[in-house]
Amino acid sequence: MEKENKQCDCKNKKDEFLEKLFEEYLPEKDNLIQMLNEVQEHYGYVPMHVQKELSEYLKIPMAEIYGVVTFYSRFSLEPQGKYKISVCLGTACFVKGSQKIMDRLTDRLKIGPGETTKDGLFTIEQTRCVGACGLAPVFTINGEVYGRASVQKLDQVLDELINKEKQNA
Amino acid sequence: MKTLEEIHEIREEKRKELDLRVNTKADTREKHILVCQGTGCTSSKSPEILENFRRILKEKNIENVRVIKTGCFGLCAKGPIVIIRPEDTFYAMVTPEDCEEIIQTHIVEGKRVERLLCKDIDGKIVNSLDELNFYKKQKRIALKNCGVINPEDIDEYIAFNGYKALERVLDVMSPEEVIEVISKSGLRGRGGAGFPTGKKWELTRASKGKQKYVVCNADEGDPGAFMDRSILEGDPHSVLEAMIIAGYSIGANKGYIYVRAEYPIAVKRLDIAIKQARDYGILGKNIFGSGFDFDIEIRLGAGAFVCGEETALLESIEGKRGQPRVKPPYPAESGLWGKPTLINNVETYANIAQIILKGADWFSSIGTEKSKGTKVFALGGNVNNIGLVEVPMGTTLREIVYDIGGGIPNGRDFKAAQTGGPSGGCIPKEHLDTPIDYESLKEIGSMMGSGGLIVMDDTKCMVSLAKFYLEFTVSESCGKCTPCRIGTKRMLEILENLCNGKGEEIDIYRLETLAKNIQKSSICGLGQSAPNPVLSTLNYFREEFKEHAIDKVCRTAECKALATIGIDEEKCKGCGLCQKHCPVNAIKGEGREKRVIDQSICIKCGTCIATCPFHAIN
Repeated sequence: MEKENKQCDCKNKKDEFLEKLFEEYLPEKDNLIQMLNEVQEHYGYVPMHVQKELSEYLKIPMAEIYGVVTFYSRFSLEPQGKYKISVCLGTACFVKGSQKIMDRLTDRLKIGPGETTKDGLFTIEQTRCVGACGLAPVFTINGEVYGRASVQKLDQVLDELINKEKQNA
Repeated sequence: MKTLEEIHEIREEKRKELDLRVNTKADTREKHILVCQGTGCTSSKSPEILENFRRILKEKNIENVRVIKTGCFGLCAKGPIVIIRPEDTFYAMVTPEDCEEIIQTHIVEGKRVERLLCKDIDGKIVNSLDELNFYKKQKRIALKNCGVINPEDIDEYIAFNGYKALERVLDVMSPEEVIEVISKSGLRGRGGAGFPTGKKWELTRASKGKQKYVVCNADEGDPGAFMDRSILEGDPHSVLEAMIIAGYSIGANKGYIYVRAEYPIAVKRLDIAIKQARDYGILGKNIFGSGFDFDIEIRLGAGAFVCGEETALLESIEGKRGQPRVKPPYPAESGLWGKPTLINNVETYANIAQIILKGADWFSSIGTEKSKGTKVFALGGNVNNIGLVEVPMGTTLREIVYDIGGGIPNGRDFKAAQTGGPSGGCIPKEHLDTPIDYESLKEIGSMMGSGGLIVMDDTKCMVSLAKFYLEFTVSESCGKCTPCRIGTKRMLEILENLCNGKGEEIDIYRLETLAKNIQKSSICGLGQSAPNPVLSTLNYFREEFKEHAIDKVCRTAECKALATIGIDEEKCKGCGLCQKHCPVNAIKGEGREKRVIDQSICIKCGTCIATCPFHAIN
């Protein structure tokens, strides 16, 4: 469940990951979104210097790449928290009360959807349908689905994570 | 590479081996334990169940029993589901710890594990799939193989007549003949708009140009809809086969499947399916020795609802922001990289091979006059049997909600059903007997949409539902055209005011005018249909809007700013259930006393309303 936060600190030298990425994809413009998906997956966000590298490699202006990154909700410009909690606000979950779970979560962590707590532990996201409508309402933590959820269940899981982090600290 | 003869051999042998999957009287000593590995069941530990079965069988040295990974059985509410064939025993809500008992009791001792048998809504124990009311009115065409075959094994697809339609098309049919069959069948686009599929193929074939493309729209963004995902997870080869047939018919050699990155299991299975098809020579050069070449690539979406719109999807495949293009020209003339492009939805493709094999007349004999065949719905919300259902066109909403869906839980009343997601509308109680097809739904102000069908009980506020959909549209509007970008935002503000008790009577008029203007002036389908949820709720539940605007009352207490919750003294039996569930202890009273809510403490969360078995709180 824990996701390693791979902060990229290489300012000038190209890292191994990018080299491999450029080997895998030809410098064709339509590969941009596929490559960004992999970058997001690897770093947990799309760092500015990677956008520059992509711009040079694919011969696409930076502004256009930035436009694409900000258009799609999967890509983020900021590093994500260690635990990414997504509450499904699809219709099936909404009808079954997922908004209450979201309200509770934003209330407890004191951040809004799309934001990360200052300690870098939690990011809240709202998603539209993870496809587990049979288990509605659901939330996910780093991709693991918690089905038939409730405010109580969220509290319980959140307490466990916070306690675990306290012990580790 | 496999020759046609080899494929025929695989089909024959594998079909014999798999007879027990579809025939309860199959003459075999083998047993297959089928474990659903769709997203729903996977989320509640079905991979672990699969592993446990395999491990225990190995430990106990049991032979003649195979554990099979399958796609969705449909009844997601009862997941994780395990089915044992050939006897067709249906175990519901299985946990990894139950595996030991199932193997010992069912496999070794030959008795059923009574406590895990699935119960129907009426409490009756169900012995097999067919006995469930949920399945009785269904007719499976697009979902034919889901839950029957292992989606990661091409041989199993071939066993159930897979790639036989392709063989026939390449062997004896001309492209024109294929298109004629599809046209004659009456198949219409299952993505929502219902454009005749044969016509689309014909137009793309007629477009001039050497390079053409076939695209599969698997960007299922409608929240609460999971039909396409289940088809890709349960039967990916049916989509590949149809795309190859489409390529042959319109004269294209390249296909793209644009699928949501949020569907990792579907992507993985598609990936496996494409690799297997290439290994067998079913994708690639000179397919089945016919001289026809075709290959397919997967393109991942990155989380933008608007990319389900066909021209926005094409932009996204090209690596750009997914903003729709102005039509015409339509993709059939100028699509991907300006070349003629055929775009169909997953479910549409899933019907193609069946139509070729069984004929246009067979397909057009199912359904209504103008809507042929079946439609898959993702049934969700306040309904007992949440899951995936496939019914003939023309089935009524009442049949889907009550006969298949098993009615509304907790003894509540049906208030409305929502079809078509953020582009569709509500169907109120008085239209429960409307046959579901493209025309009828449009007539009553909703639309078929991709197939999300969300049932709502009488605790749901229709104004806040309209607000919910507008929130969705506002955050997903791509921003290209003004009516959608700014208009929907203004609509949302009005709705927020209504829900917060700051509305005025004139707001209803404002909403309506704005909605109609946005419908007329937006560029793409997203904007043109964004006002639909508002207009249709206004149409059927205008009283509720008026109560919000004028009386500042929300009858369901969902709009917290407007609610005061009270307990009906006559109906209250003093059971105390509400008191137990109240998170802030606002409910007073002891023993069998009638309960009272302390308004100074109440946070209007509505928990008590939902828990009261006598509907005494509102």
